[in-house]
Amino acid sequence: MEVRVQSAPFRPGEELDAFTAAVPGAGAVVSFTGIVRDDSGTLAEMVIEHYPGMTEAALTQIAEDAQARWSLSGGLIIHRFGVLAPGEQIMMVATAARHRQVAFEAAEFLMDYLKSRAPFWKKERTATGDAWVAAKDSDEASLDRW
Amino acid sequence: MIDVLYFAWVRERIGLPKERVETGAQTVADLVEELRQREARYAAAFEDLSALRVAVDQELSDFDAPLSGVREVAFFPPMTGG
Repeated sequence: MEVRVQSAPFRPGEELDAFTAAVPGAGAVVSFTGIVRDDSGTLAEMVIEHYPGMTEAALTQIAEDAQARWSLSGGLIIHRFGVLAPGEQIMMVATAARHRQVAFEAAEFLMDYLKSRAPFWKKERTATGDAWVAAKDSDEASLDRW
Repeated sequence: MIDVLYFAWVRERIGLPKERVETGAQTVADLVEELRQREARYAAAFEDLSALRVAVDQELSDFDAPLSGVREVAFFPPMTGG
């Protein structure tokens, strides 16, 4: 499984095409892309802080856990850090397997763990001030199903 | 000597991202207590440990973890990836 932590933007379509081309024989490819949301209409930018070194190690561990649990033909995790504008891609995961159920489940597993076990912190900057995004109890609870 | 790192609002509250700490602390909790005694900004950052997470040598850990042989301890709020 490929893990990339980067500040540069990426193109989900191109990433998905390249990922799919690299997993011949897979009957199912699932992908998820997270995008900077502006619920209030006042978001100027989102700043994503991370813990260099631990971030890569934590994502690699999550990827290895997924591979140990499901028979995957391949996997991809891309997560950005730095300053992002509303509408920009934050992250993406993709999974490939023989059948769709495995690909869907593994993608959800990656997302659930990425939310609360990978050392990223989001801060929203608006015209009225800055605020750290608080972790949700539901994100922690969603790990229980695995 | 241990490298102590702070992220997100913990970093902002303490006012620096990283420092080297000379400590005889046996556990993470002991280290937190030493830091709390230093200055009000540390006391403020470590006021509610239930709001904090800790990593020891870049692995998620807990406040009971021993510090023997440890090189790096990081404090931060619950993570918000994805």
